[in-house]
Amino acid sequence: MKISYYPGCTLKTRAKNLETSALAAMDALGLEVEELTRWNCCGAVFSLADDDLIHIVAPVRDLIRVKESGHDTVVTLCSMCYNTLARANELMKTDEVKRKTINDFMDEEPDYAGEVRVYHLLDFLRDEIGWDKLKEMVKKPLTDLKVAPYYGCTLLRPADVAIDKPDNPRILHDFLSALGAEVIDFPGALQCCGTYQILGNPEAALSASKDILADATGHGAEALALACPLCDYNLGHKQDIMMTKYDGLKEVPIYYFTQLLAVALGLSSDEVNRFDINRESAKQLLESKSLIA
Amino acid sequence: MSTTADETKKVEAQLIPIYIMGKQYEVPESLTIMKAMEYSGYKYIRGCGCRGGVCGACSTVYRKAGDYKIYSGLACQTVVEPDMYLTQIPFYPALRATFNFEEMQGKPEEIFGLYPELFRCVACNLCTKICPMDVEVMDYIAALKRGDILAAREISFDCIQCGLCASRCMGELPQYHIAQIARRLAGAFLTPKAEHLKTMVANIDTGRYTEGLDSLKAMDLDMLKTTYSDREMEPAVAGDDWTPKENSNL
Ligand code: FES
Repeated sequence: MKISYYPGCTLKTRAKNLETSALAAMDALGLEVEELTRWNCCGAVFSLADDDLIHIVAPVRDLIRVKESGHDTVVTLCSMCYNTLARANELMKTDEVKRKTINDFMDEEPDYAGEVRVYHLLDFLRDEIGWDKLKEMVKKPLTDLKVAPYYGCTLLRPADVAIDKPDNPRILHDFLSALGAEVIDFPGALQCCGTYQILGNPEAALSASKDILADATGHGAEALALACPLCDYNLGHKQDIMMTKYDGLKEVPIYYFTQLLAVALGLSSDEVNRFDINRESAKQLLESKSLIA
Repeated sequence: MSTTADETKKVEAQLIPIYIMGKQYEVPESLTIMKAMEYSGYKYIRGCGCRGGVCGACSTVYRKAGDYKIYSGLACQTVVEPDMYLTQIPFYPALRATFNFEEMQGKPEEIFGLYPELFRCVACNLCTKICPMDVEVMDYIAALKRGDILAAREISFDCIQCGLCASRCMGELPQYHIAQIARRLAGAFLTPKAEHLKTMVANIDTGRYTEGLDSLKAMDLDMLKTTYSDREMEPAVAGDDWTPKENSNL
């Protein structure tokens, strides 16, 4: 099966570690993915205004590129790209009137009606490989690594594009279990990190992120696993600021789920994992557990 | 007046109606828009440069009767069609950021900083649709948004900076200026340096060609002409290893 891969802009700039680890891991799993030869920014945020169709044009254009490449499936790694593409796809599939408006506007492109299947790598792994098989393929189980799965918002909301049950998801739990990690359940897993508020209202975002980190460590987590570059920005890159601001907040490494996947598959090189983009503690923790050399 | 049998037959030009800024003119059907405008009495003091399709001074937009689409073309290259409604847009205001090239490093963030409006692109593709050079404008903007300066350089290569893209942009981007800085950064920082260029510049600096140039300057016009017409030319069919016999200046 040949599948299109939609990277998204952030994976080419600030979140290269999400892409490099995912591509190496998919290769090791025997998944043939092809990056789209032409693609544009998906818009990052799905517009909530009901009549704001111009912001649906960008993700639909990407879905048309998938169709043009002869593939019927596209996989994304960034949760925000997933959310935007999947919701645009739903709209094109189900809303006849808006579909026509958008197709008429994009008269230089072939018509589109939601023919492509949009996957996030997580549900793709679950549906196409399965957790049992993934477990068999693990070369370096993440034994003793206490990881809290952090879902954030965009993989689970709204319900019609959720990759798992929105109120009680197990997918990231099951994924981490398959890798052999000790999964730490914590209530903050579904809380919002503050997203874009980090720009307009940083206090609110830092406070939201601090609560998530404190909740995870309070439940015994040594690290967080996530799939979203913006969550990583708030929870990871802003951690130093939070630690000076909030007494008693403990350092906690943040990993992209793909980095843990790569490590568990025995891919420990720096080129694959690019831990230099993570917090320093990310590499140190794995070294201390002898998971990477 | 009598006509003789051998008088050359006059070829009648077929006249067609076109509308320049809304006014109808009858013009010969084989003319370019530029020549048709001159035929109709317009005189260019701007909006015309090379007349060869490379300078980008003569961009023109037009519609055809009964067709909602906007078309574009270079006035000096596009042949008139019956009932075309046209106007030239030789210039479109677009902000060009100023920067000190000496301080640049070839990073995408530098472009983001100079042109933050880049991120206002919604991928409507109107820029690509209007481009008279068929440049995939929206695609190079998309490439830049993900920091791929080399791809932007490649995709924008045919841009002649006419500015029509900017005229259509709902995000108000000055695409053609952004593409130019991408090409400049790519050339200066992201592509291999041409080693032979360094040697050539060094040769010039050390005066290797001064004598040859001085001797040309000293020639009178006739001598210059003969020197030019008698020069050794590369044969139409020449192997890769062909070199001129007189190569003291190579
Ligand atoms: S006059 Fe230069 S492109 Fe037409």
